Amino acid sequence: VILTQQLILGLLVGGLYGLAAAGLSLTFGVLRILNVSHGELLMLGGYGAFWLFTLWRVDPFLALLGIGPAMFFLGLLLYWALFQFVVRAHEELRIKNSLLIGFGLTLVLHTLAIHLWTADERAVTTAYAGAAIRVGTLAIPLVRLTSLVLAFAILIALQLFLAKARWGRAIRATAEDWEAAALMGIPVGKTYLLAFALGTALAGIAGGLVSVSYSISPSIGLEWTLKALIVVVLAGLGSLFGCFAGGILLGLAEATSVVFLGGPYREVIGLVLFLIILVVRPQGLFGGRG
Amino acid sequence: LKSLLGGILLVAGFAAAPFFTARNDMLNLGVQIFLAIALAQSWNLLGGYAGQINLGHAAFFGLGALVTRILWVGGIPLFVALGAGAVVATAFGVLIGGPAFRLRGAYFAIGTLALAEILRITVGNLMPEVSTIPTAALASYSLVPRYYLGLALATVSVAVVAIVIRSRVGLGIQAVREDEAAAEASGVGALRHKLLALALSTALVGLTGGAFAYYHVSYYPQHVFSPAWTFDAVLISFIGGVGSLHGPVLGALFYVILKEVLALRLVELHLLIFGVLFILVVLFLPGGLVEAWGRARRLIVRSS
Repeated sequence: VILTQQLILGLLVGGLYGLAAAGLSLTFGVLRILNVSHGELLMLGGYGAFWLFTLWRVDPFLALLGIGPAMFFLGLLLYWALFQFVVRAHEELRIKNSLLIGFGLTLVLHTLAIHLWTADERAVTTAYAGAAIRVGTLAIPLVRLTSLVLAFAILIALQLFLAKARWGRAIRATAEDWEAAALMGIPVGKTYLLAFALGTALAGIAGGLVSVSYSISPSIGLEWTLKALIVVVLAGLGSLFGCFAGGILLGLAEATSVVFLGGPYREVIGLVLFLIILVVRPQGLFGGRG
Repeated sequence: LKSLLGGILLVAGFAAAPFFTARNDMLNLGVQIFLAIALAQSWNLLGGYAGQINLGHAAFFGLGALVTRILWVGGIPLFVALGAGAVVATAFGVLIGGPAFRLRGAYFAIGTLALAEILRITVGNLMPEVSTIPTAALASYSLVPRYYLGLALATVSVAVVAIVIRSRVGLGIQAVREDEAAAEASGVGALRHKLLALALSTALVGLTGGAFAYYHVSYYPQHVFSPAWTFDAVLISFIGGVGSLHGPVLGALFYVILKEVLALRLVELHLLIFGVLFILVVLFLPGGLVEAWGRARRLIVRSS
């Protein structure tokens, strides 16, 4: 029973891992940059939901409608101020510099968050926070279930956008081969901008969901960046549903380790998995190309 | 030769300092600067000269600190304990080097970061108790030997890097950074050179961790594995000037002193400033303070 309960919780948190990873995968796959401040962007989104709820009693799920666009705008700003300089470099330097810039941004956002909002852990506690569906002795927290469903819905919407919309197709073409895309008349610069802003918005929305079901603090950034990276590596690049599946796989793996190894090693299992896959199968479990 | 002379003068100056001031805060500042120099210079060897961004530097610092602390507190002579710490750190480095260097660029960086986090969490779980120097040893605690150990360590780390980069091996290491395929084609074994840089880098940072364990009175074993050590090394190297010999020294002086000045006003504010500075350096001044200094000097020479 304990195992089943843990697996349910793992499944539920896995959806959020998937959503967090989708944003990272998008920027990584399209811009070929690795934004290690992804977890900090997620943290910002979480604080957005927290303050909207605390100050004005805005329902956290409703708040996502505001957080998404706001984070999208922040993404535009960050790209314009920082990352547009990075994407001009050739591939290897690009990834190295983006890593370093992201690292600097991580420090800045983390320190700023401590100053503005203190280092305390916060969580949005709604009136319906405790509600759960009970099946025998098992409990499925309603808020987390909603988060999972929402995460899945957002990924489907994104997938549709990438598959059908004009700009979505531009993003995919650029990810495939930016030089060829540029030759076909796709404005690569604008496509990069859009993809980065979308990735930031996804991080923000994931953060909002995290603040409802779990808790946030200025120092959650690194942990979430690592989770997103683990999932991206599990899933391989360029597959949104791979991300979702990878996220759930990670959630389940963590849950299993909690039962068999104890809570303290929860974080270790994902990292070990990550290293093994990096060395053994660098293209990921679900990814095709290397 | 000029810089060698300058270096000797600087070391002599620092060595003489305790004779003029016995103030503990000055000695503490000195130790912190020395540890920062050694920490950053060791990172610089692999990150700057070999071009491998190691985000798991804290793992090796932590291993050095952990082993040295346990042995030294257990009654083993300090220098044996320090040596053991360095050996363990190096052994671990070489052990993981093989698989880790199969990863390129960013994957190497995040792979090492993951490794350091695994160690940090595991050590935190196995050793949750705070580690304090025993009261008997605490009674005779004096900053002066820590100061000289730090100075020696900083000097050694700069000297080692200076000698290595001028040697045949050092040229090979830099060739691998510039173009791995071209280096291989010229008969420079990439993996061998990267492993060597990693081994030296981890040996130096293992010693640095050991010196920290000897210096710091009480801390949680998990603390020495904190990613903050890696971040410090990266920040100092880049702000000073990555891939240069003076860079980490200049960066460490700047970093530690500014940190002290700012700490009087607001805790942690220094990270905000260094974060912004770091981004600016990466974007606009890849050579860091060393390059800025060079440019300023050329400007003055030209205008006069």
